Order: sequence, then C-alpha cells, then structure tokens
Amino acid sequence: MDWVALTPEEWTAVRLSLKVASLATAASLPFGILVALALARGRFWGKTILNGVVHLPLVLPPVVTGFLLLVLFGRNGPIGSFLAEHLGIVFAFRWTGAALASAVMGFPLMVRAIRLSIEAVDRRLEAAAGTLGASPVWVFVTVTLPLILPGIISGMILAFAKAMGEFGATITFVSNIPGETQTLPALIYTFTQVPGGDAGAYRLTLVSVAVSMAALIASEWLAQRASRRIEVE
Amino acid sequence: MSVDIDIRNRLGRFDLDVRFSAPAGLTALFGPSGAGKTSVINIIAGLVRPDHGRVAVDGEVLVDAELGIFVPTHRRRIGYVFQEGRLFPHLTVRQNLVYGRWFAPAAGRRDDLGHVVGLLGLGALLDRRPGRLSGGEKQRVAIGRALLSSPRIILMDEPLASLDEARKAEILPYIERLRDETRVPIVYVSHSVTEVARLATTMAVLAEGRIAAVGPTDQVMQRLDLLPEAARSEAGSVLETTVESHDEAFGLTTLRSPAGAFRVPRIDLAAGHRVRIRVRSRDVIVATTAPQGLSAINVLPGVVAEIGAADGAAADIRIDCAGEILVARLTRHSIETLRLRPGLPVYAVIKSVAFDRRSIGAPMHGAVAGGGGT
Repeated sequence: MDWVALTPEEWTAVRLSLKVASLATAASLPFGILVALALARGRFWGKTILNGVVHLPLVLPPVVTGFLLLVLFGRNGPIGSFLAEHLGIVFAFRWTGAALASAVMGFPLMVRAIRLSIEAVDRRLEAAAGTLGASPVWVFVTVTLPLILPGIISGMILAFAKAMGEFGATITFVSNIPGETQTLPALIYTFTQVPGGDAGAYRLTLVSVAVSMAALIASEWLAQRASRRIEVE
Repeated sequence: MSVDIDIRNRLGRFDLDVRFSAPAGLTALFGPSGAGKTSVINIIAGLVRPDHGRVAVDGEVLVDAELGIFVPTHRRRIGYVFQEGRLFPHLTVRQNLVYGRWFAPAAGRRDDLGHVVGLLGLGALLDRRPGRLSGGEKQRVAIGRALLSSPRIILMDEPLASLDEARKAEILPYIERLRDETRVPIVYVSHSVTEVARLATTMAVLAEGRIAAVGPTDQVMQRLDLLPEAARSEAGSVLETTVESHDEAFGLTTLRSPAGAFRVPRIDLAAGHRVRIRVRSRDVIVATTAPQGLSAINVLPGVVAEIGAADGAAADIRIDCAGEILVARLTRHSIETLRLRPGLPVYAVIKSVAFDRRSIGAPMHGAVAGGGGT
C-alpha cells in the first residue's frame, strides 16, 4: 500500500489547493450575494452586460481568462500596480493570485446558484416582515437570507470544487511554482510531463476525485437539509 | 383610537375613491371581489402608495400625498393578517409570533406572549413549524403574530377565505374575542355577509372603488339595495340579544331582544350572555293577522316601516318591531295581495331552525347584559 502514501511534495500541493480554494470561496461570497441580488432583483441600465461579464469565464478558454488577469492584475497591470502600490497586495506569482484566478472561474457557478434561490423567494413573505416592523435591511437578514441559505451553500460548494480543479487560468496567471502556486492540478500536469511521474499523477487523481465527490455529496446533503427545514408550504 | 382614510388612486383602468373612518371595534370593508377592498388596506399598510389623499391613525399622518408624506410600512406599526397567512417557513410558531416584538418600541408593547397564546389557543403549536400546521392553525398564528407586534391598527384581508366551513367556525370566536378585548381598531376585508354580520361593529360597503354606504352594521345591513347581487340572499337584519333561558326538553334557547323573544336551537351559554343573531330576510314570513295553527315558534308583532324598491319578482319590506328593524324579503305578489303599506300592523314569523351556527354569534367575551361589548 506504499504507493498510495503521498510524498511531501504532493502533500504541499494538496494543502495549497485547499488553502487556495477556501480563500477563493470565502472572498467571493459577499460579491456573489451582491451580484446575485442585483441580477435577480435589480432594474438598472447595463444589467445584461453585468450578467454577460459574470458568465464570461464559463465560456471563455481558461487560458484567455488567465491572460486577461495577467494583463490587469500583473505587476505592471493597471489594477495590479495600483493594489501593490497603495494596499501592498500582490497577486502575480503568489498563491493569492491562484485564489483570485480560481475565484473568477468559480464566480459564475456561485452567482447562478444564489440567483436561482433568490428568485424562488416568495416576496410576499418579505412584505409581511415589513408590516411587522422590519426595515429592508432586517427583512433581508431575518427572512431573505435564511430562505436562500440552501442556494448559498450549494453555490459555495460548487465554487469550492471548481477552485480545487482550476488549472488553465491559474497556470497562465501565476505559473507553476512549487510551494507557492503549484496546486493539485498543476502538479498532476507536471507529473505527466516527466518520465516516471505516473504513480504521482494517479495518487493525486484519486485525491482529486475524492475531494470533488465529497464536495458534491456535501452540497446535496446540506441543501436538502436546509430545504427540509424551511419546507415551503 | 381610529383610522381616517381619504384616498384617490388610479391603477390601470381601475379608479379608487374612498373616504371613511374606522373607529375602535371591527370595521368591515365589504364588497364583491374587484371592488378595491384589498387596495384600500394595502394603502393603509403602506404596501401601495396612493396618488392622492391622506391616511391618519389617531391623528398621526401616515400618508399625505399633497404634502409628500409617506411613512414606510415598517414604521407604521400596523398588524396585517393576510389571506394566506404568510408565516415564515424557516421559523417555529413561537419565533413567528415574537418576530414583530424585536422591532416594536419597548414602550409600545402591550400584549405578552402568554396572553396572546391563551387568547388564540396556540399553546400546543409553539414548537412546530408552519409547514406542519392546518389552514385554521396557520391563520390563528398569523393573527397572533400581528397582535404581538403591538400594532395601532389591525388589517385583515379575508383571513377566512381560504378555509372550509369547519375551520372558519374554529376561528370566528377568536376574532370576536380580539374585537372585544383589544382597543385596537380592526379593518376587516370580506365579501361574506355571514362574517360581516357576525363580526362587524361598523360596516363600509365598497362597490367599484367607491364607498356605497358606511355606518353601524345593523343599519347598513338593512339597506339591501346597497349590497351586491350575490350577497342579497344572505342579507338580513342583525340584532343584539341576551340569553334568557334554556328549554332542555326541546333543546331550545330563548333570546331576549327589544323586538321580542327569539327561540333558537340550543346554544351553550349561560343566561345573561350577549349574543348577536342574524335574521336572513328570506327566512322572514309576514302575516297581517296573528297566525294560528302554525309550526313556526317566533312571532313578533310590528309595523311596516318601509317597502323597498322591487328587485325582479321580490322586494324588501322593513318591519319596525318595537324600535328594532327586521327585514323581510317577499314577492311583489304577496305584498300586493296582503295590501302591505307603511303603518300597517303585521306579524313577522321566523322558524327557529332558520337559525344555525353561522347566524348566531359566539359570546362577546365577558360581556353580560347591560355592560361591556362594543
């Protein structure tokens, strides 16, 4: 059974992938909820464009998304140089950059799941909360948010799973630096490029399948539990 | 406490032009569907903004379109009971009930949870979720939730419309208690004469976006020409009576009213309790001489006060029985043959079995003859 044990190098990649995916999911959640709200309920000029931009990473070749990130968030890019200069945040060739690329790629999945659940909310319940004295912010916190929780959970898990597997945009944007940006898929790719790397590639493939499967099952289970709890009449 | 409404609003091709006052007690907003009843209470609630006019509670302006005043819904302190309950599915019954309390100013809080739970019989439901409640239970919780937000007005939009007869009968007594025990004005939207006759202290008839009549229920009820077509067969007079005695052998109860005694199928109330009864005009027979050899037990002497306009084959005549008005719906043929005319002494005859659970109100809680009530 020795061949299943991960080498330190592989462990590093798995841990890095988990770290990247967690940050990507957590950091994009507030934006995901806001954008989903705007798309589900907002009436404003440019809504179609916003919708298009959000969904673009889903249809663009990942390498194009990675290249655009490099252009915008690279050291000399307009956003990248601004952030580095004023806030000290650097994305280029850092693990945070891998998180940014994963977040962008997972964002459409997250927004979609949350948006669908917002559209399913019975707005008459929100009106009822208003008559009971809840201001719009409180209505959102005490009624809307709990009702869309299943959608938020499944959106987060989808984004997490997507981030775990993100490869094209990440490698284009932040390269494949062991210990810094070499995530699980990037290491599998590296293994396939060197002689004798097969065993490592197999082991990481198993890890990858296990993590994705667990995420999907957890998402299904949590969503079911949440919707059973609220049991719409 | 009172609510004053004077509004004009245009919604598509529908014109609403309504002015009335709802005093303490229960004001029924009565009319056929499409008359604009729900629009009126949605304007009171702040869910709809009227084009023109004014809404005030106890003199405090909630809406004044001309002055640009519009208090948002959540600052109005109204309790709204919707037709479909609208309980929060993610909260338990207890959490639903106390929801409004989080937002009510501490100083304005009146009823405590225990009192409302007792009033509405919710004790056994507290830890359940709305999805598991019956229609009637949901509406009781919805009423309790509105009440616990310490509202200055309670609005009810056909709260019984989606329930079957048995469930309606289950809730009506609770609404009666609410009306009699709290001093909060209730505006109650309904198209059911039965409900209005039983519950309302004040009645406003709404037809095609306009108020056709408004006043004390017993008076408005008699003006049948104001009622929509479909409601006329259920129309009649509303009388306040007092339980006098029970006849156990025959299962009858005698009710005393100024117009005379009514004997009705037995009701389980001690003597002295007040009961409101509705005498449907189609159940009243008119005789010009004291009838003999008649099965009907209730015979009340009176004087013809007014003969209403003909409506097809029928017409309504109003009979003054010692100051109380009974309305009888007769064919024009009978009016002609009996030569009925105002001033003629007559006898109004009503079968005891014409009274059923729907036309006899439950006790006005705690009210005995001569005191209390509204």
